[in-house]
Amino acid sequence: MPDSSPKKDRRGFLNDALRTTSVIALAGAGGFLAGRRSEGEPMVWQLDPDQCIGCGHCATYCVLDVSAVKCVNCFDMCGFCDICTGYFEMNYLALDTAAENQLCPTGAIVRQFIEEKSGQRFYEYTIDVPLCIGCGKCVIGCALMNGSLYLQVEHDRCLDCNECAIAVACPTQAFHRIPASQAEILKRRAEAVLGARGRRMMRDAGDDTQRYREGAELLERALTQRRWRQQQQSASSASSGSEGTARDA
Amino acid sequence: MPLMNDACRIGIPLATAGLMAPVAVASDLIPVPDFTEYQVPVSMPPAPDHPLWEWLNVSLLLAALLAASYIALVSRSRRNMFLLTIGSLIWFGFLYEGCICAIGSIQNVVLAVFDTSYAIPLTVVLVFLLPLGFTLFFGRVFCAAVCPLGAIQEIVAVRTTRVPSWLDHSLGLFPYIYLGLAVIYAATGTAFVICRYDPFVPMFRLSGDVNMLIFGGALLVMGVFIGRPYCRYLCPYGAVLAVLSRVSKWHTRIPPDECIKCRLCEDSCPYGAIERPSMPPARETRPAARRSLAVMLALAPLLVIGAAGLGWLMTVPLARLDHNVRLAERIHAEDTGQVEGMTDASEAFRNTGQPKEELLAMVADIRSRIRLFAVLLGAWTGLVVAVKLISLSVYRRRDEYQPDRSRCVSCGRCYWYCPCEQVRLGLIDDISELVDLETEEAKAAS
Ligand code: SF4
Ligand code: SF4
Ligand code: SF4
Ligand code: SF4
Ligand code: SF4
Repeated sequence: MPDSSPKKDRRGFLNDALRTTSVIALAGAGGFLAGRRSEGEPMVWQLDPDQCIGCGHCATYCVLDVSAVKCVNCFDMCGFCDICTGYFEMNYLALDTAAENQLCPTGAIVRQFIEEKSGQRFYEYTIDVPLCIGCGKCVIGCALMNGSLYLQVEHDRCLDCNECAIAVACPTQAFHRIPASQAEILKRRAEAVLGARGRRMMRDAGDDTQRYREGAELLERALTQRRWRQQQQSASSASSGSEGTARDA
Repeated sequence: MPLMNDACRIGIPLATAGLMAPVAVASDLIPVPDFTEYQVPVSMPPAPDHPLWEWLNVSLLLAALLAASYIALVSRSRRNMFLLTIGSLIWFGFLYEGCICAIGSIQNVVLAVFDTSYAIPLTVVLVFLLPLGFTLFFGRVFCAAVCPLGAIQEIVAVRTTRVPSWLDHSLGLFPYIYLGLAVIYAATGTAFVICRYDPFVPMFRLSGDVNMLIFGGALLVMGVFIGRPYCRYLCPYGAVLAVLSRVSKWHTRIPPDECIKCRLCEDSCPYGAIERPSMPPARETRPAARRSLAVMLALAPLLVIGAAGLGWLMTVPLARLDHNVRLAERIHAEDTGQVEGMTDASEAFRNTGQPKEELLAMVADIRSRIRLFAVLLGAWTGLVVAVKLISLSVYRRRDEYQPDRSRCVSCGRCYWYCPCEQVRLGLIDDISELVDLETEEAKAAS
């Protein structure tokens, strides 16, 4: 090849130098990012039910045909009401499981009789998860009473979109990236009741180590939530702090 | 408690505002009944996802990059490259459903740098770095047959025409500006615009935002006549690859060995990446060329400063992508009677009872944060234009037909047109069977 002119050599040298620099830069960036990673772990999308207003976007904006957002019932917050405002239409015709009486458009809530006590009938409400489309109708309904029904992203269905389409559309910006192992964002009240139940279980466990461990796990779950909320709070106050100094300057 | 039950029996409609109210006092709530037998179940957190899937994706990415490099540089087989393209489209596109891809990973990397609370998964770091590393050594082999967005466009590029050079060069600046935009929005934690405006991922998932599906369809139709429109005029990752590819150690060549300047490959590239050998500029035009280069060099700083100023002015519209900024503007418009009614967002905000001043202070903070980045974005845009103008006025010596390293995606369509390649493949015995070199040279000279 007639490529041995000094000009070619100079350019070749320059290219080599630039390439070596780039390789070093990439390796450095990789090292830096990998270091960052060890401070935390993979992140997943989750919604904060305390912020959610049940607007219905969770059902319509998810890129999946059937949304990855599903309803959960936090039983420790539930009143097990006969006339569940999350289960029945506001103007129901009868207190039975006929579709026209149900709030849920897909009949995803299973109502089951538990017992009758001093004239009151108690029912358990569970979610048939594959049927739920995350529309939030029951969430709004239940908010009239205890608010034990709320939405959560199911991670085994969620595609982990790099930018969750619901997060973009959510009117209250209820979506957050959370560490994968945390998995959920509990309502503040759910955190309180579950923590209390965990403590109670540990106290009453006696010799039952299995029960003691379950209680401890429950307590830990609640504490994780508390830590996360504190972290959120300090992050937001840090940004408003910087805003304060910006205005002072 | 019975009272509460009666209340709901007659169906008093309580305000849904309760949804956003701070933690209700325990006595407001109906307690969990004391059951005789029944154990109240513990509601469990959602089940975790499998991380294995991500690692499988990274291993396949590495394998595909190795294969593409081998095909582009050693075996030079367009057919195998095409098969690999199809394979990539099926896996990285339709099975893996496009997310996360190298293009979008730019934003995760930027976010990880600017936001310490965001931990970037190792797989994402690899998805970002592997194609860059390969490009530094083998050229844009990632674009050749690995990237699913490139692959879907590669397959439809069947009737391509040449884009006029001025248009190609001007539109070719856009990816760099888009890259700048994506970086500032990721750095400020506002949005991942590359993902939001990705035209092909909704297609891979066969669902998603309708507007983006239409946009993707339009790009594909356009891609029949203009090769790889997204790659050439939009893709921000391609912009980075183009720069790195310039200094790559090895790169796709059109002839297997020496170029005989037969011109047969001249129009074979669907992406307009083939450069002709350059004529040295005539002696009398040299001072003029030197002068115009000097002018460009002098103009460059002015261009950068001017564009930075423009960036400053763009702060308010740029900040509008932020949810809180839009919310504050909406609330303001409602309060001053410019619009009727409320949106979900403004209604929810009013129900929280948070004072408007707090929101406005937050918005002022967001704007001031975005202002710095807007100025940088402006300066970056100016720099991109300046570098383009300078590079256009520099004479580069080329002795043979060769792909422009930054634009060539190593697709391998041009190999076949080279008579030397046909000899190498044993399809013809001698070059003269295809070209009459004497007359070709005479034609080139005339
Ligand atoms: S989009 Fe937001 S407010 Fe609407 S239902 Fe989903 S989490 Fe709730
Ligand atoms: S009402 Fe909507 S959110 Fe509630 S269970 Fe039914 S589908 Fe799911
Ligand atoms: S990340 Fe994607 S799949 Fe998951 S909930 Fe959001 S839009 Fe749906
Ligand atoms: S230019 Fe961008 S979209 Fe096109 S193949 Fe390369 S990385 Fe993919
Ligand atoms: S390999 Fe050849 S045909 Fe393909 S992009 Fe490069 S120059 Fe064009």
